[in-house]
Amino acid sequence: MNREKHPSAPRTGRPGIAWAIPGALFFLFFAGAPMAIVGYLSFTDWNGLSDPVWSGLDNWSRLWQDDGMRNAVWLSLLLTALTWLTQTPIVLLLGVWAAGRQRNRAVLSAIFFVPLLASSVALALLWRTIFDPNFGLAPDIADFLGLESADLLGSERGAFAAILFVTGWQFVPFHMLIYQGGARQIPRSFYDAASIDGAGTVRQFFHITLPQLRNTIVTSTVLMVVGALTYFDTVLILTRGGPGDATAIVPYLMYDTGFKAFDLGYASAVATALVVVATAASLLLVRLTGFTRMRSTREGL
Amino acid sequence: MRSLDSWRTRRTRTLAGAAALALAAPVLAACGSDGPGGAGGDALEVWVYQDGATVIQEDLVERFNESSDIDINLTQVPGENYQDRMRTAMGSSNAPDIFFNWGGGSISDFVAEDMLVDLTDVLADDEEFRDAFLPTILDAGAVDGRYYGIPMRGVQPVILFYNQTLFDEAGVQPPETLDDLFALVETFQERDITPSVLAGADPWTELMWIEYLLDRQGSSAIFDRIRNGDSSAWGEPAVLEALETTVELVDAGAFGNDFRSVGYTTDGASTFFAQGEAAMHLMGSWEYGNQLTNQPEFAENDLAWAAFPTIEGGSGDPSAVVGNPTNYWSVNSNVEGERLDAAIEFLKMNGTEEYAQALIDNGDIPATTNAEDLIASSPNPEYAAFQWDLISNASSFTLSWDQALPAAQAAPLIDAIEQLFSGQLSPQEFVETAQAL
Repeated sequence: MNREKHPSAPRTGRPGIAWAIPGALFFLFFAGAPMAIVGYLSFTDWNGLSDPVWSGLDNWSRLWQDDGMRNAVWLSLLLTALTWLTQTPIVLLLGVWAAGRQRNRAVLSAIFFVPLLASSVALALLWRTIFDPNFGLAPDIADFLGLESADLLGSERGAFAAILFVTGWQFVPFHMLIYQGGARQIPRSFYDAASIDGAGTVRQFFHITLPQLRNTIVTSTVLMVVGALTYFDTVLILTRGGPGDATAIVPYLMYDTGFKAFDLGYASAVATALVVVATAASLLLVRLTGFTRMRSTREGL
Repeated sequence: MRSLDSWRTRRTRTLAGAAALALAAPVLAACGSDGPGGAGGDALEVWVYQDGATVIQEDLVERFNESSDIDINLTQVPGENYQDRMRTAMGSSNAPDIFFNWGGGSISDFVAEDMLVDLTDVLADDEEFRDAFLPTILDAGAVDGRYYGIPMRGVQPVILFYNQTLFDEAGVQPPETLDDLFALVETFQERDITPSVLAGADPWTELMWIEYLLDRQGSSAIFDRIRNGDSSAWGEPAVLEALETTVELVDAGAFGNDFRSVGYTTDGASTFFAQGEAAMHLMGSWEYGNQLTNQPEFAENDLAWAAFPTIEGGSGDPSAVVGNPTNYWSVNSNVEGERLDAAIEFLKMNGTEEYAQALIDNGDIPATTNAEDLIASSPNPEYAAFQWDLISNASSFTLSWDQALPAAQAAPLIDAIEQLFSGQLSPQEFVETAQAL
């Protein structure tokens, strides 16, 4: 039996701060600085051509009262919640299944992985063609979903469902991979012991696999939440926020005000709000789940 | 102190530019293709909207480069996001030297920032050059009475295309009045044919209906007022009536049930029309060339055209036309000295008979005074003559609203039009939204 010891704070072998410098510089230059500038721009009125004019809290008070923003926030939250609810069960089961060792699983896993390899834009274009009401598969899909007409991308619910489906289809492989890795880390001995005690597959799943995947679930959830809050390319290509504003989620609203209306000050306020919300959401998730304590799932072994 | 101020301005600009770049990154990534090419040395960087007609500009640039010391480097920007990309580029250090635009609102922000060369004197000094163009169309590219654009493509009125074969089979004529149009909607619905295809996934196609309905209902003067900054004109009863007619058409099934998912840029609408699934298609004059390229049999055997019907009781002039008078070249004000001379030489080539003939050969009607004489040599003289009559008899030629208004108003207006067609906004709510822009 290889019972490992887990010293709570290993001092040896952990790299010093110097190791973080290249990454930190890269982050500061390509993420930190632009974010700070966007933060500054959110207090200005700027059309992208002239010099930004300081406008104080104008953009922020407008943000608070804007129906378009309210709609966008609601849609973003709805999309995030539905993304988590639909994807998590699928990726959990697929990931655990794919962690097995049989040959056919490896081949099938590789096939499942394909959507992640293509660019979002190419995929969105592909799906837009598929959803074409006259020349695509939309009439068949509409029949399958029980919709009256093939106006999938033209109906408010249909377009929203299409976004949920296409992004899910695209990102399920990624999360499946995370769960596969997590499930492979679970020592065989747990299952052997459980088998000896007479536990069946279902029992083993709920009493061993699921608790052992705790940290994996948190990681995947944070990625899903932040990802869903910032989906952009799929919406841009597939629905352009439409029909009407039925899929105008916050990142799309930012694009629309920034690069269609060239109201860059206000778009910066939207962007800043999005950064704050997404950061808060991921911190909150990590905090609530106790992930920060880095408690080992193998404690008590 | 002055140097400090200018330093600060420059710094703010750089900062702001960096932020714009950060914001633009996903957009540019979404476009997926190359930005402005690295023009070597003194070459003039010219941007043109990429479509089937750019071969004419390619030839023009080739001819220019043969005789000029300063070469032109032509960049073709894919159509869908042209306006946004050009605008983003103009705010950065990668701005083109000469660029394609729609005149009016599409360049008014640049004019306000002194970013364009004022061509008024160039036109005044060279009468032959000035008189080469139809005055109304030259004027349509002007901002506040000064000329910033030189016409460079054919005129693009919006035309009611229809399928002659389907009309013959149903024993009907193209609509002359709005009542005729509603009657046709019924006729074609009974025959299980979509009365008029509409590419609702590209809301600018929906705009074309509203533009014509308002022109017929209450005359082009109403939009003229809006364009000149009088947003109270949205409150005119004719606007509400035109919007209500639009909704009535949607509700009557004029555009079928699936129009909101149909795209124009993906050729969904044109193919549907060419396959005989729809009887009519309200579209810019370029639709003819589009069909001739993609569905030549349909274009030659079935495709017919008519002016937009009149509205009984409407106060608009039935001869009024909407669409794009033409496209223009504008010159970036950072082009100076010899490069500016070369740029002007290039612009002057757009007024020559040789260039007008190239447009005619491509099936376009050039915005030049000699166009009428050239019509006979068009690949389809009948269609060319129809367009010529339409535009030369037009009492007004209203530039598409999304091009006539500055971006800050055009973008939300287009959003509102999409909401009107999808039933999220009522005509009354649309008016209120538009007035608040």
